Amino acid sequence: MRREGSPWQGLGTVVLKELADHMSSARMLVLELLIILTAGASVYTAIANLKETTAEDPFLLLKLFTVDRAPLPSFVAILGFLIPLMAIGLGFDAINGEHNRRTMSRILAQPIYRDALLAGKFLAGLATLAINLLCLWLLVVGFGVLLLGVPPGGEEIARSLTFLAMTLAYAGVWLAMAMLLSIVFRSPATAALVALGIWLFLTVLWPMLSPAVAELIAPPDIRSQLLGIPSLPTLEWRQALERLSPNTLYAEVVLAILSPSTRALGPVFLSQLQGAVVGAPLPLGESLMLAWPQAVGLIAGTIVLFVAGYVVFQRQEVRA
Amino acid sequence: MSERSPVITARALTKRYGKTRVVDAIDFTVERGEIFGLLGPNGAGKTTTILMMLGLTEVSGGDVQVLGHNPAREPLAVKRRVGYLPDMVGFYDHLTARENLAYTARLMGIPAGERQTRVAESLARVRLADVAERNVSTFSRGMRQRLGLAEILMKKAEIAILDEPTSGLDPQSTVEFLDMIRSLKAEGVTVLLSSHLLDQVQRICDRVALFQSGRIVLLGTVPDLARQVLGGGFVVEVEAVPAPKTELESRLRAVPGVTAVERVGEDRYRLTADRDVRPEAARAVVAADGALHRLSVEEPSLEAIYTRFFQNQAPERQGVRDAA
Repeated sequence: MRREGSPWQGLGTVVLKELADHMSSARMLVLELLIILTAGASVYTAIANLKETTAEDPFLLLKLFTVDRAPLPSFVAILGFLIPLMAIGLGFDAINGEHNRRTMSRILAQPIYRDALLAGKFLAGLATLAINLLCLWLLVVGFGVLLLGVPPGGEEIARSLTFLAMTLAYAGVWLAMAMLLSIVFRSPATAALVALGIWLFLTVLWPMLSPAVAELIAPPDIRSQLLGIPSLPTLEWRQALERLSPNTLYAEVVLAILSPSTRALGPVFLSQLQGAVVGAPLPLGESLMLAWPQAVGLIAGTIVLFVAGYVVFQRQEVRA
Repeated sequence: MSERSPVITARALTKRYGKTRVVDAIDFTVERGEIFGLLGPNGAGKTTTILMMLGLTEVSGGDVQVLGHNPAREPLAVKRRVGYLPDMVGFYDHLTARENLAYTARLMGIPAGERQTRVAESLARVRLADVAERNVSTFSRGMRQRLGLAEILMKKAEIAILDEPTSGLDPQSTVEFLDMIRSLKAEGVTVLLSSHLLDQVQRICDRVALFQSGRIVLLGTVPDLARQVLGGGFVVEVEAVPAPKTELESRLRAVPGVTAVERVGEDRYRLTADRDVRPEAARAVVAADGALHRLSVEEPSLEAIYTRFFQNQAPERQGVRDAA
């Protein structure tokens, strides 16, 4: 049976209101400062490093994002770590906050569907992240042009913008996850804690656990035991398991997009390297092809988590 | 009431959570322009009934029509014309009263040109115009409640559904709020309110439905219910000093319409009657040469109806539960 009216009625209103809330909230201010300070420091040391080593690299701008110098990690590593935090900060009290403020039933008594409220909140969070990422990107590029004195080329811009879009997809996964938790748990504190727990597990523990789990599933054979290197099935399992974490997917996408000389994201055999000029950059289209499965994984993860939240939210009782 | 047409019709409306029936096959109609009260203890199914009328919770059985629409299938059509003030209404604390209303005005789809004037008008009507630019976090419970009413006014709703509108308000705010509800009725808005505070409901409701564990056990106007439950209905108190050596009690008992006389004090008698027997009682006292000091009639109170009803029901209910 079809519902009467459009599910998007009121969507724009909700998006604008939530966007205004996000932009003016103290929470966002703190997160923005955190990211700008750490990322600024990392870009600054990257520039110092680049000035010393090379002025010959054809992708100098991309190096800005990826070069690191101890003790600071690279700009992308910092983003990979802090973007989830920002997304969780935007989403963990999206729905349960409305219940707790007792605004939910009043808002839903207006002529809108629940779809508009949920999608509006998600889009507003995504827009907030996009605006922040774009500002950050402009800062980094501007910084680089000023201090390195080399204008970026067209392909560099295209690659770094692709990187920006992929970062947004990665942020989307965490935003959708945080919103799902805000629907499932009635207390924002619980939702935030669970989200942070998942974040820590996937970024810190999972990379350590997956090799062990891979060896359990595919035990190393005698040859690999003698050589002291993992066998091919173990290696494949390990990679498959690691790719369950959005962080791994994001790191691989970034590697393929920002380091044009990357030719494969899995194990490579000697036979495959025949005729290849190692270290020569791939064209943008080829790099995109390389990163495509991972990118699809991130986008699909966002959609699946959002749909899960949508289903739970539609069936939820309005009264607290 | 000039035209009598039902705006809300519920037939065998039922809501189940698992095996428990929160609302159990209730039937009622609300006529246009009346104030209809849903009464009963907390947890009797009042709020669930309201949410079903707004399409905010699914109906498990039966049917409800609001302004000719089925709220489960056409929720937007219903919600465009019905205003809802939830129990313990909440607002966005970091926004001002005006901003809060402006947000809902946009959600209601009020055209941009009208929005500002309608927000200002409704704030003025609930006497919040001078605090319109203050953050709602500074508002008292009564002010929030009035802001919720302003939202309904702004919507120009045909039906206003108010869930426990006066609970938690101080007496003065309660009186003010009840006045505002009456002014809604004066404009032709149908008001449906739920409450567990009986005397307030009695003051403003045209008809009431008494809820008890998911069922409507009594429905009608307060005087009707009084006749139904209290039997006699009218209680007249007479305070009179009889002339020496005359007996007043038997004379009062002889007044037509009186069903019982009870002596409650030295010179005080309580008459139970099926109508207002004050004139006859006064005549009886005077005829006996007595000195009449006081003559008063107790309005049948909802409180009394309610208590008496549940007293009468107690043994019966036990039986029903055993049968189930």
